[in-house]
Amino acid sequence: MRIDFRPLLTLAALAGCAALHAGTVSVVTSFPKELTQAYKTAFEKANPSVKLEILNKSTTAGVAYVREMPAGQRPDVFWASAPDAFEVLVNGKLLEPIAALANPSVPKTVGSYPLNEASGMYLGQALGGYGLMWNTRYLSANKLPAPAEWSDLTKPIYFSHVALSSPSRSGTTHLTVETILQGEGWDKGWSELLQITGNSAAITERSFGVPDGVNNGQFGIGMVIDFFGLAGKYSGFPVEFAYPSVTAMVPANIALIAGAKNAEEARKFIAFSLSKEGQQLLVAPQISRLPVLPPEQLKMPAGFPNAYEVARRTKVKFDADLSATRYNVVSSLFDQTITFRHKELKAATKAIHGAEAALARKPHAEAAALIKRARSLAFTPLVSASMVADKAFLTMFAANKKDAEANKRITGLEGDWSGKALENYNQARSLAEQAEALLK
Amino acid sequence: MLGLFPSDVRSGAWCAAGLVAVFLLLFLVMPVAWVFYTAFVNADGSPTIGHFVAFFSQPLMQEAFFNSLYVAVMSTVFASLIAVPLAYFTVRFQFRGAALIQTLGVLPLIMPPFVGAVALQLIFGRSGSINLLLNEYLGFSIPLMDGLSGVIFVESIHYFPFVLMNLTLALRNIDGAMEEAAMNLGCRGWRLFWRVIFPLALPGFVAGASLVFVKVFDDLGTPLVLGTTNMLAPQAYLRITQVGLEDPLGYVTSVIMIAFSIAAMSLSARMLKGKDFSTIQKGGGAIQRRVLSPAGSLLAYGWIGLVMLLVLSPHIGVLLLSFGNVWSFSPLPDAYTLAHYATVFQDAGSMIGNTMLYCGLAAGLDVVLGTTIAYLLLRTRLPVRHWLDVIATASLAVPGLVLAIGYLRFFKGVLVPGTEVLLTSTWVMIMLAYAVRRLPYALRSCVAALQQIHVSLEEAAESVGATKARTIRRVVVPLMAGGILAGFVTSFITAAVELSATIMLTTSQSQAPMSYGIYLYMQSVAGRGPGAALGVLAIVVVALGTYISHVVVERTSSRFVARPVEEEAPLPFGAVPAKI
Repeated sequence: MRIDFRPLLTLAALAGCAALHAGTVSVVTSFPKELTQAYKTAFEKANPSVKLEILNKSTTAGVAYVREMPAGQRPDVFWASAPDAFEVLVNGKLLEPIAALANPSVPKTVGSYPLNEASGMYLGQALGGYGLMWNTRYLSANKLPAPAEWSDLTKPIYFSHVALSSPSRSGTTHLTVETILQGEGWDKGWSELLQITGNSAAITERSFGVPDGVNNGQFGIGMVIDFFGLAGKYSGFPVEFAYPSVTAMVPANIALIAGAKNAEEARKFIAFSLSKEGQQLLVAPQISRLPVLPPEQLKMPAGFPNAYEVARRTKVKFDADLSATRYNVVSSLFDQTITFRHKELKAATKAIHGAEAALARKPHAEAAALIKRARSLAFTPLVSASMVADKAFLTMFAANKKDAEANKRITGLEGDWSGKALENYNQARSLAEQAEALLK
Repeated sequence: MLGLFPSDVRSGAWCAAGLVAVFLLLFLVMPVAWVFYTAFVNADGSPTIGHFVAFFSQPLMQEAFFNSLYVAVMSTVFASLIAVPLAYFTVRFQFRGAALIQTLGVLPLIMPPFVGAVALQLIFGRSGSINLLLNEYLGFSIPLMDGLSGVIFVESIHYFPFVLMNLTLALRNIDGAMEEAAMNLGCRGWRLFWRVIFPLALPGFVAGASLVFVKVFDDLGTPLVLGTTNMLAPQAYLRITQVGLEDPLGYVTSVIMIAFSIAAMSLSARMLKGKDFSTIQKGGGAIQRRVLSPAGSLLAYGWIGLVMLLVLSPHIGVLLLSFGNVWSFSPLPDAYTLAHYATVFQDAGSMIGNTMLYCGLAAGLDVVLGTTIAYLLLRTRLPVRHWLDVIATASLAVPGLVLAIGYLRFFKGVLVPGTEVLLTSTWVMIMLAYAVRRLPYALRSCVAALQQIHVSLEEAAESVGATKARTIRRVVVPLMAGGILAGFVTSFITAAVELSATIMLTTSQSQAPMSYGIYLYMQSVAGRGPGAALGVLAIVVVALGTYISHVVVERTSSRFVARPVEEEAPLPFGAVPAKI
C-alpha cells in the first residue's frame, strides 16, 4: 500500500474549482441530449456571462442526488417529466416557490389539468400526452391494421405485438394507466389493462424502452408519450403516432431547488425556458415536444399536434387528487398482478384467444361458459372498485413502509395478490384449454 | 496460534492488513452500512427484523431467489463450455491465431451498457436479423431472447471471458514436466486433459467460474433489458428506484444477495482448500506445444470459429448500428453513414481521457490491494486475513446505486482538504467507486496466481539472505505478473463500462467518462447512432489500453524472467523435444 492520495486530491480540487466557477447554472434533468443541448446553446447565447451545466440523470437518480446533497451545494434547477418526482421534492422541502417566473401568456390549465403547481413550487414547461406509436414495417409484415383506441389493443390479432412500461417505473405510464382507469371506470379500466398487457410482448423497465423497441421493430405497437413517437417519426424511422380519444395532456415541469448554489441566474434560465424563444426550441424535429405557450404565438411545423386541441377532444376529465390518493395501490397492483406475473398472464390470454377463435367457428354452450369463467378469472382486478374507495384500505396502503409492522401488512397483501394472480391465470388457462378441447 | 497476536506474524503484515482494512472500511463497509441500515430499523429508528420476515413471507421473493440461482448455475455451465475449449486449444496446442483468439475472447466484457443490449436485440431479438431471415426463408423463429433462457444466453456470452482469462493463465503456469510425465506413462487425449491438466489448472478455473456465478447472480442489466423481473437483482433494483417510495424490501434483498454471494465465494474457496496446486517450475517457455491431427484441427477451428462468431455478434451489431442510418425491422440497416462518428468526435475527447484516467487508477489500486490481500491470505497466519477477503468479495454484490448513494450520504459535506470543494463533487469518488466495485475481479486473479507459486521459491530467496520485502518485490510479484495483469485488465475494462454508480456520482460534464456519454446518447431516439459510435470508440480505446498494458507488463516481467529461463534451458525437455 504505497498510495499517496495528496496529488490526486489536489488535482481533483483543481478540476472541481474549474467546473464550479461563478456564473454557472447547473440543471438536473432526465431530458435527452438534443433538447438540453439546444437550450444550452440558446441560453448561453442570450446570456454570455452565464454557463449552463447539464447533469443528465434518470429521474430517480436525480431526485436521490438532490436529496443527498447538503444545502448550499445543491444543483440549481430540476427539470423532468414525472409530476410525482416533483411531489417528492416538494414534500422534502427541496424546492423554492417560483410563481413569479411564470409566463403570463401561458393558460392556467390544459383541458382540466392545472399547468402550474397551485403554490408555484414547480411550473409546466412543456406538454405531453399519451398515445399509440406503431412501426409501419412491422405492422405490414404481420398484416395488422393500425390501432386507433386503447381498446383496439385488446383484440386477439395484436397478441404479443404490444409493449408498455409499468406505472411504478415511469411517471408517464402511471398517468396513462390512471387516465384509462378514470376514463373507463375502475373495474372496466383494469379489465382493459389486463387484456392489453396480456397481449403485450413486454413490460419494459424504462419508459424509453418502449419507443426504442418500436423504432427498431422489436415491438409492433407501443403505449408512449407523444414526443417519443413524434421524434422517431421526424428522425426518419418508419413509425407513426396517434392520440386515442381517452388521453390526458399533462405538463413536464421545471423547478428551482432550495439551497441552490446560484439561485439568481437559475431564475433567469427558468424564465428563459418559458419565454417565447425558449418555447420555440421545443418544436425542432428531433425534440418534438408540445409547448405550453399556445401554438398561435409560435411558428409551428406543418402537421404538428396542438396540445390544447387534443386536450379539448379527450373524453376524460383527469382528477389529479383521485390519482394521488390511490397512487401506491395502482402501482403495486399493476406490478404484483401484471409485471411480475406477465408470463402466466400472457399464457392465459393466448389460451383464451385460441378457445374463442374455436368457439366462433362452432357454437358450444358448455365451452362458452368455460371461456366466460376463464375471462373473468384472468381479466378481473384483485382489488374491487368498492375496496379502493375505502378510506381505511387506502390509509393502510399509504402507511410508511419503513415501519416493520406496516411493511409486513402491505407486503403480506402484495404477496396475496401475486399468489392469487398466479392461481387465477393458471386456472384461466386450463379452463380455456378445456373449452378448446371440447370444441375440437 | 489462535491468539489475537500470533508471534509468528510480522509487523509488516499487520501494517499492510491495517491499511487495506481502513480502505475497505472507509469506502465500502461504512457507506454501504449507512444505506443498509434501513433494512434493519423501523421508521422511528428502533431495530427490527420484521422486514426480513416480510421478505420471506412473499412467495414472489422465494421464486425470484430460485430463478436467480438457476440462471447463475446454468450461465456458469455454458460459460465454461465456451471458455474451456478456447483456453485449452490455444494454450496447449500449436494453434494459429492463438493470441488473436485470446484477445478477441476478452472483448465480450467490454460491452458498454444499453448498446450491447440494443445490438443483441437487433440480431437475436424477436424482430432481429436472425429471426427475420429464418422467418422469411424457413417460416419459423427462435425465441432466443425470451425469459430465463434468454438471460442465460446473454449472460454466458457476456461473462465467459472471466473463465477464459483465468484458465488460460492457469494453464500457462502448469509445469510442463507434469504433462510430459503423464504422456510418458501413456496418458493421452481426453484422459490427459481430465486427469492431469484440468486438475492442475483448477484454481484458475474456479476463480473464473465463481466470478461468473456471483456476477450473474447479482447482475441487473441483462434481466432488466430482457424484461425478466422475477429475479433477485431486478426485484431489489425496482424497489430501490421507485420514485418517492422508500421500500426497505429492496435493501433487504440486497443484504440477502450479499450474504449469498459471500457464501458462494467461500464455498469455492473451501473446494480448493487442503489441496496443493503449486508447481515449483512455471510452464512458460519450457513447454512443448502439441500438434493437432488434421481432423482434430478442423474440428477445433470449426468450433472456435462458431463460438467466436456467436460471442462477437453484439460487437458486430454495435458496429453496424454505429454506421447505420435507420435500422428498423430489417436484417441490416437501410443505409450507411459516417455522420454519427462526426457527432461523437466533438465531445468524446475529454470522455476518453476521463475513462482512461479513472479506470487506470482504479485498476492500479485494485491490483495493489488484490496482491496485498492475496499475500496476507496465503502466506501469513494473520488472524483477520479471511475477513479481508470476504469483505472485498462482498462488494461484488453491492448494487452500484447503493454504493453511490452510500458515498453521497457518508461523505456528505466533507470538503477536499484546503479548499471549498465537496469531496463528493470530485471525480475521485467515481474512481474510488470503480476501484471498490471491481476489486473482487483483481483479487480473484491475484489469489489464483499466488496459489500456483510454490512457497519454496520464496524460502529459497530468503535462505540466501533476501529480506521479506525484497523477496516479495523480486520473486513473488514477478512470478505473479501474469495474474496481476489479468486482474488489472479485468478491473480496467469492466470499470470502463460501469454505469449505475457513474450516473449517480457524475456531477459535471467535464468529468464524465465514456459510459456516461453513451448512456446520455441512448436516452433519445436520434441518439442511437451516436451512442453506438461512442460505444465502438469505447471498445477500441479499452482494447488498446488492454493491449498496451499487456506489452508493458510483459516487458517489465521479461527483465525478471530472463535469467532463470536461461538457466533452465538445459533441462531435458527443453533440449530434447518430446515426440508425440
